[in-house]
Amino acid sequence: MTDPSAPRYPGYDVLAKRHTPSWNAITRKVIDHRLAVPREPRFFTPSEWTTADAVCQRIIPQPADRPPVPLAALLDAKLLANVGDGFREGDMPYMREAWRQGLAAIDAESAAQQGRVFAALDTAEQDALLGMMQRGELSGPYWNGMGAQNFFAQRILTDIPGLYYSHPTAWSEMGFGGPASPRGYMRMALGRRDPWEAAEAKPGSEARALRDNRHVV
Amino acid sequence: MSSDPFEAPRASHGRAPDVFATGGWVPMRAYREQDEVDFAIVGTGAGGGTLAALLAEQGFSVVAFDAGPYFRPLEDFASDEAEQNKLYWTDKRVTDGANPIRMGGKNSGKAVGGSTVHYAMVSLRFRPEWFTSRSTLGYGADWPIPWQEMWHWYGEAEQQIGIAGPITYPWGPKRPRYPYRAHELNSAARLLARGCEAIGIGWTETPLATLSAPHGKSSPCMYRGFCRFGCSTNAKRSALTVWIPRALAAGAEVRDLAMVGRIETGPDGRASGVHYQREDAWRFQRARNVVVAGYAVETPRLLLNSANQRYPDGLANSSGLVGKNLMTQSNQAVWGRMEEEVRWNKGPPSLAITEHWNYDDNKDFFGGYCWMGQGPLPIEWAAVQTGSRGLWGEALRDAMLHYNHMIGVKMVGEMLPDEANRVTLSNDLDQYGLRVARITYTWGENDKALIQHALVQMGRSIEAIGATDMFRQEDDTNHLGGTARMGADPARSVVNADCRSWDIPNLWVCDGSVFPTVGGVNPSLTIQTIAMRTASRIGILARRGEL
Repeated sequence: MTDPSAPRYPGYDVLAKRHTPSWNAITRKVIDHRLAVPREPRFFTPSEWTTADAVCQRIIPQPADRPPVPLAALLDAKLLANVGDGFREGDMPYMREAWRQGLAAIDAESAAQQGRVFAALDTAEQDALLGMMQRGELSGPYWNGMGAQNFFAQRILTDIPGLYYSHPTAWSEMGFGGPASPRGYMRMALGRRDPWEAAEAKPGSEARALRDNRHVV
Repeated sequence: MSSDPFEAPRASHGRAPDVFATGGWVPMRAYREQDEVDFAIVGTGAGGGTLAALLAEQGFSVVAFDAGPYFRPLEDFASDEAEQNKLYWTDKRVTDGANPIRMGGKNSGKAVGGSTVHYAMVSLRFRPEWFTSRSTLGYGADWPIPWQEMWHWYGEAEQQIGIAGPITYPWGPKRPRYPYRAHELNSAARLLARGCEAIGIGWTETPLATLSAPHGKSSPCMYRGFCRFGCSTNAKRSALTVWIPRALAAGAEVRDLAMVGRIETGPDGRASGVHYQREDAWRFQRARNVVVAGYAVETPRLLLNSANQRYPDGLANSSGLVGKNLMTQSNQAVWGRMEEEVRWNKGPPSLAITEHWNYDDNKDFFGGYCWMGQGPLPIEWAAVQTGSRGLWGEALRDAMLHYNHMIGVKMVGEMLPDEANRVTLSNDLDQYGLRVARITYTWGENDKALIQHALVQMGRSIEAIGATDMFRQEDDTNHLGGTARMGADPARSVVNADCRSWDIPNLWVCDGSVFPTVGGVNPSLTIQTIAMRTASRIGILARRGEL
């Protein structure tokens, strides 16, 4: 195998297809809107934003050599619009209230354990606390019956990855073709790639993949 | 740019959106609220949309209500996974039980056309014995309709919808050839076929409600792969593109962004019309008949929310069964990685199927299941990684890099009816001020045994073709049914074979709620088939003066 940190789809940028028949007018409008998400809190308070941003950075750590997907901003926009799955399970509050309670509880747990809010922990401490949430090992009084494990599974691990993988940067990283209307695809068989799909760098063929990915229009 | 379909109703002032043209309109007949229309239909999906067209074509006056917006696919459907959340019913609901059902895209729709706007188009017939599952197979409840009659209407539905499917279907009694040729198999489907052959079971091309050749104003499928969302090229044969245009042409009126909150009954105990909210005001439409077609959660919710002095337990509920026997379908999967590039997102996700275990009774549990190939888009695929493997951090991003090499097979499995699984009313209120549904669900022992069997068989099939890093998705469900079941006995069912309620003769239910059992196949074709039969029966009853 090659260098594991080398990009799987070198040079592939799904946005290069913006003006091709793979993107119709409504798709351009929707993606433009997502890329222009305001980078400041509109739903969250400043301290909620700080905690949410720190959680996002551990759930989806991003490489330093490209602009990050603005996860806290996308989460804030989602909560501002209040567009989610709608239902609440058992004793869980609805989405907005769950996030407000959950972020406060994370800081309260962090303060009780380490004497500092979550954003002030180092990344290993943050990961340890998130791991305890995931395994159901937090049962402080801060969770109001919601349950740290439920909050982790139903909100953190549902909302944050969902937002990351709604962003063209994530599509480029994983080699997803992205929008495909109206052009669609024609090479359906195993191992076949349409010229407007991402080319994967296989050992020895990295240069060719890079060249192909410059022409995915 | 056109108007926002959520902001204000589009179907009004004698016109409705033309779903086949950007910015287009078609004429629509408008009824006055004081007109006593023949049928007020609540919901415009597989049940209500079909019925609206077929009743209007028989000359009945019809007004069909939908709580959701009226989309024009060509201009409103972005090729984007997150944006398409707008097609789902995401109003407040409460879920509980030992296995709470996740509500959303897999089991709801809020749009003219209902969930058929975003369904995966899989159009399967029930196995004949399922219509007598109690008396023939020993579980569940019998349907009050003979399978031969259902198979006649299946054939009609397949022709009128324009299903693309195989020349010869491997399971069940002989059926006519599908009207449109089967689609080309994508690599995910070819691998499913290879896996089935490796373990010695049959497979076939999945009958799909997406065009493989031009039809009217619709073009054939372009294999975009955004198929569990709104189809932006109109290849998908949904209620929005098949039945609603026919309904309008035949003189029906469709009211979008119109949420029905209560059915009124008169001094004679019969339904007299519906209260609905549109443009921030509550209104009342008089009707000689009311049809509820809101699917297995909203239908019982409306019947229960319509309780009044005469019917304190809700309408059509003398049996006590409204809301009970809720069924979902098991939707577990096995996933794995292939050495070759699969690129599973190209084309409809379920191009190949095996129904082997629906027709093989050599099992130690009741019911059956099918499985189909998969091609989840990134958000859904990430949810599988987080939900089934608990991945996050670098581990999640690394796992997602294998996207173009993944395969998966996913079941649609039969779950058995149980009165404890049910829809009741919560004290939470929604944006209309109405009590929301509480949805309670717990898997039974038979359900669990069926799921385990399927996970083993599915795993065998992809292991046999060289999948590596396999893992199971053990906690997923999809379609719904059962909360207003049909039957032959008024004490043990809510409606009769004609979808007519036993208690109130001019109140009907026509959607997946009426299913006594859900079988191991996707329900949309059966819902449309039931609606076609019901429309025919209503015509016969009207001619006899028995409406």
